[in-house]
Amino acid sequence: MSDAEQPTDDHVPGAEEEEFEPVQVFPEAEEMDLRPGADNCYKCSTCDTNCPVAEVDDEFPGPKFQGPEQWRLKRQDDHDVDDSVMKCSNCMRCDSACPSEVPLSQMHNTARGEYVEENMDKLSREYIRNRILANYRRLAPLAAAFPRTANFVMGLSVTKWMGEKVLGITSEREFPEFATETFREWWTKRGGAKVENPDKRIAYFHGCYSNYNTPEVAKALVRVYEHLGYEIMVPDQSCSGTPMFANGMLEDARRAAETNVRELAAALEEGADIVASCSSCSMSLRQEYPELFDFEDTETVAANTWDAVEYLRVHEDLEGELEETSVDGEEFAYHAPCHSRNQGLDGQTIELMELIDGIEAHDVGDSCSGISGTYGWKEENYETSMKIGEEMFEHMDDAPAETGLTECPTCSMQMEHGTGYEIKHTLEVLEAALVGTDDADGRREAG
Amino acid sequence: MAIEDDVLVIGGGLAGATAALAAADAAPDARVRLVTYKQSTLRHASGLIDILGYAPGAPEEGPLVDPFDALEDLPQGHPYERVGSEAVREALAFFDETVGDAYAGDHTDANALVPTHGGTVKPTARYPVAAADGLASDDRDALLVGFETLPDFEAPLAAAHLEAAGAPFSARGVTVPFPGIVRDDAKVTRYAHLLDHDESVATGAGETGAREALATTISERLEGESRVGFPAILGDERADAVRADLADALGVDVFEVPMGPPSLPGMRLEDLLYGALEERGVRVTSGVPVIDFETAEADAVAADGGSGDDRIDRVVVDRNGTEVPHRADQYVLATGGLVGKGVRSERERVFEPIFDCHVPHAEDRYDWFVDDAFGDHPFARFGLAPDRDLRPLDARDDPEFANLRAAGAVLGGYDFAAEKSGAGVSLATGYVAGTRAAEEGE
Repeated sequence: MSDAEQPTDDHVPGAEEEEFEPVQVFPEAEEMDLRPGADNCYKCSTCDTNCPVAEVDDEFPGPKFQGPEQWRLKRQDDHDVDDSVMKCSNCMRCDSACPSEVPLSQMHNTARGEYVEENMDKLSREYIRNRILANYRRLAPLAAAFPRTANFVMGLSVTKWMGEKVLGITSEREFPEFATETFREWWTKRGGAKVENPDKRIAYFHGCYSNYNTPEVAKALVRVYEHLGYEIMVPDQSCSGTPMFANGMLEDARRAAETNVRELAAALEEGADIVASCSSCSMSLRQEYPELFDFEDTETVAANTWDAVEYLRVHEDLEGELEETSVDGEEFAYHAPCHSRNQGLDGQTIELMELIDGIEAHDVGDSCSGISGTYGWKEENYETSMKIGEEMFEHMDDAPAETGLTECPTCSMQMEHGTGYEIKHTLEVLEAALVGTDDADGRREAG
Repeated sequence: MAIEDDVLVIGGGLAGATAALAAADAAPDARVRLVTYKQSTLRHASGLIDILGYAPGAPEEGPLVDPFDALEDLPQGHPYERVGSEAVREALAFFDETVGDAYAGDHTDANALVPTHGGTVKPTARYPVAAADGLASDDRDALLVGFETLPDFEAPLAAAHLEAAGAPFSARGVTVPFPGIVRDDAKVTRYAHLLDHDESVATGAGETGAREALATTISERLEGESRVGFPAILGDERADAVRADLADALGVDVFEVPMGPPSLPGMRLEDLLYGALEERGVRVTSGVPVIDFETAEADAVAADGGSGDDRIDRVVVDRNGTEVPHRADQYVLATGGLVGKGVRSERERVFEPIFDCHVPHAEDRYDWFVDDAFGDHPFARFGLAPDRDLRPLDARDDPEFANLRAAGAVLGGYDFAAEKSGAGVSLATGYVAGTRAAEEGE
């Protein structure tokens, strides 16, 4: 009956024999083949209605253009990647908007990489600024070595003025403070893991921010997991790569990813699962690595990486544990980060908070915070970033709470910036409920 | 361990959301979860709630005046025939209660005729209040307004079509620039955001709010019409205020003409339904697909060849590569049809990808369609065949699983595009599947 034994035009992603193959884009980016994805786009434009940038910026052509349309256009030799791709904030909302399984964010990441590689002047202010922002982790150790000095210098108005004039980093924002003791320093000082357990073991991917800026989040994870009997490994690690993807610095991301995959795969060998406390880090390890890289073990690392809270929900009776807990009354305005949303984790925090006696968490809705990592730090994006965030600020103001709650470090910067609220991480609340905060581990003096 | 609930609904469109709401309503103590892969397809929906616009197989007879009359004569296997017309009424009443005064049309059994962006009229049972002043049965003259940067609504053409279709009023269309929009392909959400926030825009007379600027643009073109129709982009979160402001400034009634996807009325309906889900404590997990399942009696499957006693123990959700188990007592499958990818096809077969439920279809794929492009295509009716309890049946007419029901476009036996019955079937089957799942789970 069939006129072809081997159909060539019938791409059905998810069908058994024809698994979608993400393509290695390095080192020959021009050889990437995202045609099956581009062909799946039937131009319904739903992605465009989810794009927080297109909603407030008349100049931005939207994810449909940046993905499948741009990909097709530049098949022709006379078309360069359009510079508007740098206005994409990498929130990745278009991925879950698409009813047709077009790998939009993968297309954006590859297009952005190509644009930066081929069209951006490496001596330009923009390139240098983006490289600095994307490689925040490289500067962080220096600042962390002299945190008080760094915080003082970064807070000076002259520094901010220089940042904006020379580098194009907005002077509107406060630089995040560096902790006086990084998480890794604390971890080493306490002598590493306090629990040994060959049956319950995790490798913690803490990422940069909770190491250098908010070690209290990382310590909360340690206390919660040890409370539940887990042995914690803290493997060597580099930046997750998220700010690098977002800035088209794919070579930098590749180097970071190679380290992470190697170290995390080694931890898997030792019987650990990988958990991350930052939603962009887990997104990166789970989705972007397999889409963009093909190191040995990339897939294995992705398949065994978990969000820290989600892991406990599946492997422990977390709900049962929480039902017996209570804390002194506290109300939160909860914002689900885009990168939690994209992993189906947006309802998780509210579900758990409901179980803790004394805690009220109010979901402030599905709007994007607008900062999107390094995006909102750029002078030219600041206004767009705040316009996107306006809805979230309004909803936070409306919620009967004066403290914010989220799992993403940069979302929390934006929440604080727009409302003046103090912001906490879900793990910190779980720590307070399950372990208490006055642990002898020295958290208070560390902060 | 797994993530545990009592009722798990798979799919976040109109059928899935209704099933989850109905389950939470029928068993208030039950834990209900909705898992949806992609964002709700309600964004593609017109926002109109059709029950039955045309008799199945007889579109030439014209739009049906009373859809409920026609429900009694539907062919066997049609989803409405499976659940019965009383359930359709109950489901519609449930919808009315859920959306409150955001929708109109519940004063009558008769279909309303709502003008579409192409200038045709669509027979529908419920319509957003934003569209209420646009009904084609209303005899007031209408001005339709299109925008130069929004090619999906060609107002003069739509007006001409309406008149040609015999609308009992005079319709005129004008095309104007939209104040504050420069780019040719601005997103519909961009228009809505400008009006929602009444952003300041530059006009010939200086800076002014977007709503006022738009009203000024239109008032110069009014020629005595007592109602003005816009494409459905008049705000999102604050659509009522936007419409009221425009009506005040113009001194006439203002209505929206439903648009194709992506559709603001669909998004507003999504917000209403998801707001209701949140109020009822339904847990929503989105952005992740259900990819697999395990049965409770794996041995029994092998022994009896898979007849109706098998129960689904858990399903597996793929979270960007990690497999997360979700367990519930009862399951509702509402993943959509061929377009929504709840039913898929290859050259050799048509299948349901999660549970591999039986999809009746001809063996030879040349029998899946007919030559006439607008003909009565078998593929339009592809989908699961359920029993009266909405449990999908296998090839031998036994339920595939004791605790699985199906709702919405994943069901076969009807051609929603030709009949204009998509929303109604989703509501009715979602309502029945959700209610039964909750009752049986208790």
